[in-house]
Amino acid sequence: MMKLKPWLPLIGIGVFAVLLLVVAPAVLSMHWINNLGKYCCWAIAAVGIGLAWGRGGMLVLGQGVFFGLGAYAMAMHLTLETAGPDRLPVFMILYDPSAPLPAFWEPFRSDSFTLVAIVLLPVIVASILGYALFKRRVKGAYFAILTQALAVALAVLISSTIRETGGDTGLSDFKYFFGFVLDDDANKIMVFMIAAAMLIVCLLVVWQLNRSRFGELLIATRDAEERVRFLGYDPANIKLVAFVVAAVMASIAGAMFVPIVGIITPAEIGASASILMIAGVALGGRASLFGPALGAMAIGWGQSSLGSSWPSGWIYILGLVFILVTLFLPMGLSSLSGRAKSLVWRSRAAPTAPAAASAPVLEELKK
Amino acid sequence: MKTTRTRRVRSLLAIPALAAAATLVLAGCGSRAGDSAEPTGSGAASESCIDTSGDTIKLGFLNSLTGGMAISEQTVSNVLHMAADEINADGGILGKQIEYVQEDGATDWPTFAEKTEKLLTQDCVAAIFGGWTSSSRKAVKPVVEENNGLFFYPVQYEGLESSPNIYYTGATTNQQIIPAMDYLAAQGVKTLFLAGSDYVFPRTANAIIKLYAAELGIEIVGEEYVPLDKDDWTTQVSKIAAADPDFVFNTINGSSNVGFIKAYYDAGLTPETTPIISVSIAEEEAPAMGHEVTGNYASWNYFQSLEAPNNPGFIERWQAYPDSSGVTSDPMEAAYISLYLYKALAEAAGSFDVDEINAAAAEGGITVDAPEGVVTLDGENHHISKPGNIGRINADNQFDIVWSSEGFIDPDPYLEGYDWFPADVRDALVAAAG
Repeated sequence: MMKLKPWLPLIGIGVFAVLLLVVAPAVLSMHWINNLGKYCCWAIAAVGIGLAWGRGGMLVLGQGVFFGLGAYAMAMHLTLETAGPDRLPVFMILYDPSAPLPAFWEPFRSDSFTLVAIVLLPVIVASILGYALFKRRVKGAYFAILTQALAVALAVLISSTIRETGGDTGLSDFKYFFGFVLDDDANKIMVFMIAAAMLIVCLLVVWQLNRSRFGELLIATRDAEERVRFLGYDPANIKLVAFVVAAVMASIAGAMFVPIVGIITPAEIGASASILMIAGVALGGRASLFGPALGAMAIGWGQSSLGSSWPSGWIYILGLVFILVTLFLPMGLSSLSGRAKSLVWRSRAAPTAPAAASAPVLEELKK
Repeated sequence: MKTTRTRRVRSLLAIPALAAAATLVLAGCGSRAGDSAEPTGSGAASESCIDTSGDTIKLGFLNSLTGGMAISEQTVSNVLHMAADEINADGGILGKQIEYVQEDGATDWPTFAEKTEKLLTQDCVAAIFGGWTSSSRKAVKPVVEENNGLFFYPVQYEGLESSPNIYYTGATTNQQIIPAMDYLAAQGVKTLFLAGSDYVFPRTANAIIKLYAAELGIEIVGEEYVPLDKDDWTTQVSKIAAADPDFVFNTINGSSNVGFIKAYYDAGLTPETTPIISVSIAEEEAPAMGHEVTGNYASWNYFQSLEAPNNPGFIERWQAYPDSSGVTSDPMEAAYISLYLYKALAEAAGSFDVDEINAAAAEGGITVDAPEGVVTLDGENHHISKPGNIGRINADNQFDIVWSSEGFIDPDPYLEGYDWFPADVRDALVAAAG
């Protein structure tokens, strides 16, 4: 008989895909489809963080940088598409109508350049950054602070170059998405489906990476980097791959965020936005496959519903939940089921049987 | 081992391909750029869901109750509540009591966009009132246009904008900035220094100030910007001291003004030698500057000290209101007007329907007997007429009015009446606005 257990995550992804791509568009109103699309974007970034942080042990506190690269690449393209050929975006006319379009905007008129840039820009930035940091064996809090500082730096850079990037006001008022009119429900559902499909793809990629030899090496690097080095592997390369994959996912998330939400500002990519991304991952369970995505979606949902009914209280609830989870469930809510299982086992079996040893025994019993 | 791995990869690739195919099939139904249907108002989302069957009418108030702008926007929210209570006590709008939904914009522009969409499509409000920064308005604009909603914006701004779905009850440039420049020119000012926050309003306002200054023969001796959330003005103020201008034109917004005022007095500048004229410091902000600002100037349309028939009653009601801040100011007065303007529009249209309200506006003759005087709505550009006033801050942090315009100034958001404003820029902006 074929073993079912290794395929459970795949079945889970399948169920998730059906829920997002078939059930959600059929039962939800446009308002909630839009919101769900936004949560999907945060979930995509969270899946990447789950890989880098949960599996790789790199606390990436500045995923806003890569989210921002993808978001601004997409937003510049949509802004130019809305402005029309050879025309300046409205905000540039306002501040200085005589100056030409900044040179770095020009290539974003092209559809294909934009799509390539959304994937390639984070690869380049994350590779350079990751290579420099991991080869020097920068890790732990130093790594976390560095990535965080970069997110702040990018947000400040964008805020202070108002004529080139739209500054603090951000980029908004997009009319078209690669030729599709955005003010059309059918097209909005399409954009949502793309985001949801991207989330499914990212889950599949991480699932595949986790069960591959690379996934095992990544966990080994997280838990005992020196031993991995002694075994003849270069931990820097292993971490670099996970970091770059996480960066690309954050960039795709940012790119999809723009047509769904309709506006991007430096506040969405700065320090607090980056920390909120981490909060979802920690809440859901950083090392599990579904934990980061579900955690990010839960925080997104909390923000739109609780943040609406109780604006001043929501942030305290989030803080409290975050503290409770870190204190009592360090591996997030997804570790609840495992805990419950081991508790049940402990109560049934002899009290001396260690919980950790129970899992293989359970496997044997199931057969 | 090798074969299983390649097979696995292939099956993985099939899934995104399937997803892509599914989205493409879906996309077949949506409209594309260049389709004959107009993008605005073509989607099903623009079908109004305003419920007029009951005894109440739902309105949305969208103000930042948290974050950096809360200090200003909380007052706007409170005065909107007061106006709603007044209108309800007086019989409501078209016989229906106002039932308001208060939302928090959280000083975050995407949140403004999200809440606007929520108010229009989930709560089905007939109109939304609020916003403060131009960034928040620019975030709201595409959403109200897409859903064919109404947004009433109560703060002076940089002009060069109009929308069928937005009514502006604050001043546009020719009602605040141009009067201020006229006043400076009349005072014999020859050199001017521009200090502003780094966002859309100060940048655009200063672009206009520079054009008009060239016309008036005033030399701009410097221009400095600091981000909205930064308070350190030391370096920039030392440049002002070095340039020694006749006047400083201040377009700084929010709490950043506190840092600016501190740096200004620390650098030894005084209103006697280098006075400041502000467009964002009102009765509410003046006492919060952390330093006495007596002797400096501000350009507004409404002052608490304004002598107008409806003003004493307005001040009295506001000071008696439970959530009152004690003083009245221009933006909160404009917010107060906005609800009454909506009432006047709905009653003229005899309906809460957005298109019928816009039609009533276009017919003209809509007026509101406001605390600043009787203001008239321009049905074309959706702005209102306003008196121009310049005030000097006195020891009580009130304003002594030193100059007033002759009568009310008609709104001219695109500065069509001013030939120094480049026509090609105006045309480009009008074209971009559609």
